Amino acid sequence: MIAYIIRRTLYAIPILVGINLITFALFFLVNTPDDMARMQLGVKRVTPEAIEKWKAERGYDKPLLWNAQAAGARKLGDTIFFDKSVKLFAFDFGRAEDNRDIANEIRTRMGPSLALAVPVFLVGIAVNITFALGMAFFRATYLDLWGVILCVAMMSISSLFYIIGGQYLISKLWHLVPISGYEGGVEAMKFLVLPVLIGVIGGIGAGSRWYRTLFLEEMGKDYVRTARAKGLAESTVMFRHVLQNALIPILTGVVVVIPLLFMGSLITESFFGIPGLGSYTLDAIQAQDFAVVRAMVFIGSVLYIVGLLLTDISYTLVDPRVRLN
Amino acid sequence: MFFPLATDYLVWLLVAALAGFALHCARHPHLAAPWARVFRSRVAVASAVVLACYVAVGLLDSFHYRPALPSKDPAAPVAYAVEVRSVLDAALEPLRARLEKTYSAPLATRLYQKETVERPGGGTAHEFPRLAHGGAHLNDEADWGKDVALRVLAGLAGAVFAWSLAVLAGRRTLVRRWPQVPWGAAAGALGAILALAGPAAMLAGGYHVLGTNQVGVDVLYQALKSIRTSLVIGTLTTLVLLPLGIAAGIAAGYFRGWVDDAIQYIYTTLNSIPGVLLIAASVLMVQVYVDTNPDLFPTSAQRADFRLLALCAILGAVGWTGLARLLRGEALKLSELEYIQAAHAFGVSHARILARHLLPNVAHIVIISLVLDFSGLVLAEAVLSYVGVGVDPSTISFGTMINAARMEMAREPMVWWSLAAAFVFMFTLVLAANLFADAVRDGFDPRVRV
Repeated sequence: MIAYIIRRTLYAIPILVGINLITFALFFLVNTPDDMARMQLGVKRVTPEAIEKWKAERGYDKPLLWNAQAAGARKLGDTIFFDKSVKLFAFDFGRAEDNRDIANEIRTRMGPSLALAVPVFLVGIAVNITFALGMAFFRATYLDLWGVILCVAMMSISSLFYIIGGQYLISKLWHLVPISGYEGGVEAMKFLVLPVLIGVIGGIGAGSRWYRTLFLEEMGKDYVRTARAKGLAESTVMFRHVLQNALIPILTGVVVVIPLLFMGSLITESFFGIPGLGSYTLDAIQAQDFAVVRAMVFIGSVLYIVGLLLTDISYTLVDPRVRLN
Repeated sequence: MFFPLATDYLVWLLVAALAGFALHCARHPHLAAPWARVFRSRVAVASAVVLACYVAVGLLDSFHYRPALPSKDPAAPVAYAVEVRSVLDAALEPLRARLEKTYSAPLATRLYQKETVERPGGGTAHEFPRLAHGGAHLNDEADWGKDVALRVLAGLAGAVFAWSLAVLAGRRTLVRRWPQVPWGAAAGALGAILALAGPAAMLAGGYHVLGTNQVGVDVLYQALKSIRTSLVIGTLTTLVLLPLGIAAGIAAGYFRGWVDDAIQYIYTTLNSIPGVLLIAASVLMVQVYVDTNPDLFPTSAQRADFRLLALCAILGAVGWTGLARLLRGEALKLSELEYIQAAHAFGVSHARILARHLLPNVAHIVIISLVLDFSGLVLAEAVLSYVGVGVDPSTISFGTMINAARMEMAREPMVWWSLAAAFVFMFTLVLAANLFADAVRDGFDPRVRV
């Protein structure tokens, strides 16, 4: 098991290198630092001196890959590639446009992101599985048919409408909770109720339909017929047999996103003014803060790879037939 | 002056390709069979009619031209406006040109905001002024109810007439040709659309049917213009996604070995980067490119069009991994089968095996995943435009409409019609696409044949 984990972690290295190359190519080769400077400073009135100053302040004035003027190992080390891309591996993200330390910012913003994302994730799964089990239990009846139609209709609504509609109904019309904002500690509850509710409702359509398909596939298998043949009640078949066996395909989709919960949600956080990583990323995108976007791309990729590893490990826990080697 | 944009060329290329594919399918019974299964479903037929209406609007909006400027001197060379218009703009000219000052509610005759106006008899008053165009033909506002009712009735009468004509024409041609298709569902969907479009068209002659937005632009016009943007993003993306996905997936599954390793490495790497961030980073780079090379885009329409095209290309370049993975699995399975082994034994070349034996047998997966992707792409456009990495802010799209409408919900009194219009038009499109995609999957997936 440990050997497997170590090997998988080693496999992750070339992937991370690839991600680094992609981001490097995107940020420094497709457009040169000069272009970025011109963009940030305003295209029209910009002097070459201002561009040089902008680049020097951010360390973009070095050669891209090979510093011929430096001595020894610094030929490779004193370059943009080393400074901006290789250092990501050490979780050294540098500074944002407003000169704040990105790593520090990420640490403080992780909490609010998790406070929103974890409840949405857990409640969402519980609700979706309940709905899906219900539809599978009443399969091929009108209840099932209308359930599926409702799911497709809910899938067809953009997440933006859920947020705007929910904010309008609950906060503006009924004045139940504040419309947006955030506070630390227990006070956070009242700010989080609405975003969590909306997150869960927005996910019901696609989630329930997907789980229903999994359950129905599982119910067509032989062991279910055996269980019925030995005279088990339908509810026992559903909960003891189908639900447990359907956990394996459910895990594939679910475990991989757990680490990504750290990243928060771009849209929900910015609509509700929650100071998490999602709104941080969104602000960076809108302010065209390349350093922050680069850092978030790297972190997101690392978390995704961790998620893949967790998925494999979780298989061994739910399905004793799977051996990792 | 005919002035096609880059996306126009691609849209018509896609239409031509689709027409060719449809002809090809119609000639080969084994290719037509799954489509016949799809169109045996009532839901599929009804949603296909709805989609066809959207596509018709989108195609009308894909003929662009620059209108000639009126000139006094007949000998002078004709000058053309800088502004680029489409055939849809020409058809909706009254909607496009009749601007109000600011917000007005649907079918309103007065502005949604009080202004200080001069009384005819002298002195000023603070009141809701009459609109410049909405209901301007009414001498007395008390006639409003009667006028609206008359227009709705006339619209409905026109709709009934058009519907009867369509049904009669369809009975002689379509029903005879394909008797097994549930045409009742098509007639129902067409009737519902006409019943809404007829009165809307009649009302649009004198009012702003869905109100106006902050700068006084008709919301119905905006909603109709948004359709092309959605359709372009939902379909042109496939032009990038398809070649990448098919080539990578089949090559990995068929050649195996180092090819498989390399392709798997590429798509795992791409997949690892969170989608929104990768798209955002790419779009930012396109933005830098556009801003630093202003001379490449002489008109603002061309600039906006380039950004739309770039967005499609980026979405395609990010999205091909899913299709590639599906095709790789299928190609792995198929290349083990006897008929491929036999082809090898006969000394058939790799290229020929791929083209003749492998590709046709994974075509159903390609079709299913393309149709399933469409609605996701339409929804993604709205979110990306909200994030600020979607279409150009000057492009009318559902995303930019929702983005503008967000502030209006917080306004007192609230402005709801922009958001409602975007919601209804987008929901109908995505719902129809989702239902149609489900039917296509059921028709093409060999596992669910019952």
